[in-house]
Amino acid sequence: MSNFYNDTPDFSFHLSHPLMKKVVALKEKNFNEAKEFDYAPINHEDALDSYNKVLEIVGEICAITIAENAESVDTEGPKIVNNEVVYAKGTTENYQALYKAGMIGMTLPRKYAGLNFPIMPYVMAGEMIARADAGFANIWGLQDCAETIYEFGSEEQKETYLPRFNEQGDTAAMVLTEPDAGSDLQAVSLKASWDEENKLWRLNGVKRFITNGDADISLVLARSVDGTSDARGLSMFIYDRKNKAVKVRHLEHKLGIVGSPTTELVFNNAPAELVGSEKFGLIKYVMSLMNSARLGVGAQSVGIAEAAYREAVKYARERTQFGQPIIQFPAVYEMITNMKVKIDGLRALLYETTRFVDLTKAYEETMKSRKLEKEERMEMKHYGKLANVFTPLIKLMGSEASNSIAYDSLQIHGGTGFMKDFPIERIYRDARITSIYEGTSQLQVVAAIRGVTTGVYIDQIRVYEAEVSEENQKLKETLQELTTQYTKAVEKVEAAENQDYLDFHARRLVEMAGNILTSYLLILDSQRNKVYEKSAKLFVELAAAENQKNNDYIYRFDISELDFYKQAIAE
Amino acid sequence: MNPLKIIVLAKQVPDTRNLGSDAMKPDGTVNRAKIPTIFNPDDLSALEMALHIKDRVPGTSVTVLTMGPPKAADIMRDSLYLGADKAIMISDRRFGGADTLATSYTIAQAIKKIKDYDLILGGRQAIDGDTAQVGPQTAEKLHINQVTYAIEISEITDDKIVVKRKLDKGIEIVEALMPCLITVHGSAPECRMPVAKRVMKYKYARSKTEMTKAEDWLQELHKERPYLKIEEWNVEDIEAEKEKIGLAGSPTKVKSIENVVFTANESKVLSDSEADIENMIKELIDHHTIG
Repeated sequence: MSNFYNDTPDFSFHLSHPLMKKVVALKEKNFNEAKEFDYAPINHEDALDSYNKVLEIVGEICAITIAENAESVDTEGPKIVNNEVVYAKGTTENYQALYKAGMIGMTLPRKYAGLNFPIMPYVMAGEMIARADAGFANIWGLQDCAETIYEFGSEEQKETYLPRFNEQGDTAAMVLTEPDAGSDLQAVSLKASWDEENKLWRLNGVKRFITNGDADISLVLARSVDGTSDARGLSMFIYDRKNKAVKVRHLEHKLGIVGSPTTELVFNNAPAELVGSEKFGLIKYVMSLMNSARLGVGAQSVGIAEAAYREAVKYARERTQFGQPIIQFPAVYEMITNMKVKIDGLRALLYETTRFVDLTKAYEETMKSRKLEKEERMEMKHYGKLANVFTPLIKLMGSEASNSIAYDSLQIHGGTGFMKDFPIERIYRDARITSIYEGTSQLQVVAAIRGVTTGVYIDQIRVYEAEVSEENQKLKETLQELTTQYTKAVEKVEAAENQDYLDFHARRLVEMAGNILTSYLLILDSQRNKVYEKSAKLFVELAAAENQKNNDYIYRFDISELDFYKQAIAE
Repeated sequence: MNPLKIIVLAKQVPDTRNLGSDAMKPDGTVNRAKIPTIFNPDDLSALEMALHIKDRVPGTSVTVLTMGPPKAADIMRDSLYLGADKAIMISDRRFGGADTLATSYTIAQAIKKIKDYDLILGGRQAIDGDTAQVGPQTAEKLHINQVTYAIEISEITDDKIVVKRKLDKGIEIVEALMPCLITVHGSAPECRMPVAKRVMKYKYARSKTEMTKAEDWLQELHKERPYLKIEEWNVEDIEAEKEKIGLAGSPTKVKSIENVVFTANESKVLSDSEADIENMIKELIDHHTIG
């Protein structure tokens, strides 16, 4: 029987990474909960076995339900009935299947009915679901909101809202964007005012482009301080759909991820609860939400790329031209092999990032119940720094590669791919959003450039470099050359001490670092499993070519040309 | 309404839908070692029907009962993952070689030992034997009502059940007094997926036979968690008469085995006229199917 977990051995490979031992030990507090909960693991092997078994169930649901529904969901889409969102039939089936199998609230503590899984298996589930239906992955992935309530909500809020995810299958939404506040959320104006009589907050205003708006539980960013106009006046609120005080005014007609409802919401005196402290809405809570969401889009991107790659291989093997299957032609197999190589690389980067996030969060969680040792505190800080610059990197590289892989896969289908007859046209449309939402690629660069300027990337490159074994000496030498090239390019750009100039080349520098880091990760993967040897070698070649191109551009570019860029489009 | 006690009959079968070229031995018998085993599909639909009742009627308990070799513990664990409350195996070498008569006798004995039940659900037939006889024979031996070919339970009250049956010419709705036995047609809703928490809770469930080879930590775990025990009953446990079980209790004898390529349709529709039935019997005798 087809199963998206079992047909992709990369998942169990990444689950078995040595660092997982630390993640699981922290997450399971040395396996104390086994006495209290009959489904808690008794040791590390037991925990990994549980992740495997549960992911196998997700893999089966992906193959037999979600992927099967993807086409009808894309055709039917959601609709508005009586000011409420009604999902496409397949969407409801998908969600019910995952809810009944217990896959909502996967990372929540058992105390709140969750599975207490690390982020790792959760992100893997997200990747599989996105491969089956990228739009649906959003609806399922919004359980991230539960994490934010868990991290910042009051005990009462946690007890009220969190068990509803696993036990009742509640859906969630991050309600942030407004017509005039997209990337710049400081401009949010939806008003929150204190209702002294009823002792609660009231929300009034309009939100736009809200994914899965009309969810059971919404996290709403609103302005609670009168007379302010920046981030400091913004707070985070929980709105419960049971109050029926929000109208869905409009559903967007989209290019892709059609099954995922994108709504315009009108809050009309909607009762709401403050999360955490006032004024920390954007600067603290949204940032936390955003980081999980970006990792989620990274996983979604890899899932879409995997789907596109599989469609390409299948079609190229079946389609015969000039007397042979088209996969035999160099121009075709080059594209397909590069897809595979890039996907292996992306997964290496995605799951490395996930480990960093997991370790950071696990230490933060541990800190709540005991004081961390000095060494642990340093590790937490270290992994936190890495997570901060790796998250935008995987979001950037994953979403861009997912688009190019979908593009190439459609190309391989030729004219047929342009018709509605094959899944690739849907996958191609679905891929497009990944480099836009939860921060555009351009904004990921703004976050990731810190990895370049603070030296976090180069330090990590050195860490990986030291782990390369003798037999990969040649690849290492190539990467050392690329590293020298990268550091020189960084020096050149930084030496000018001009912010515009740095911003102009930022993407090139970030991509150079990303290619080197991913190359190393693939080499290290190949040292654990020979399956990745070819991908590692081929990825290094791609990295060398791309970095050369970026380097050439930076090297030949004179700072005075910046003005030329502006003048060329001046009116 | 009052909670129900439901027994689901299940069988572990060779996966005849995914056969390789080495599935049969040269002598024409099934090469069991080369065929993966699965939960019989119709039985899964029966389990779904039971779990669906459990969803609707709080407090209802579902016990899954199987007869089979020690390996059948796999489908006992699957049942627990899916939502069954209890799993019981009837397993003993002496039950081996049973035809439908000996099997239904054995199962009926086990059900008598369970004693307290309102409803027995089982698949219409197993994909290895395709006889569809074990359910009906079991009902006869227990002297209870039976409804075959069920696809849906449309109503259920304290003593009565209304069932939709799928027949060749349409749907028939029948009412039966409980306790009764229902066999479930393959077109009934498919079984749900395993539940994450249940999988983690029951993954160390083991039968008595499996526990004889278990490592110390597992022995310890079973002491702490009694719910991990899969009941396993032998001939004595169910007070079965030795001449009615296994090979001795099975009048069906295999005369010879041939390779046959199907040319006709699998089923033939007969009217209930005397003439049709007589022709049918003649044909069966001529082909040595009976007699």
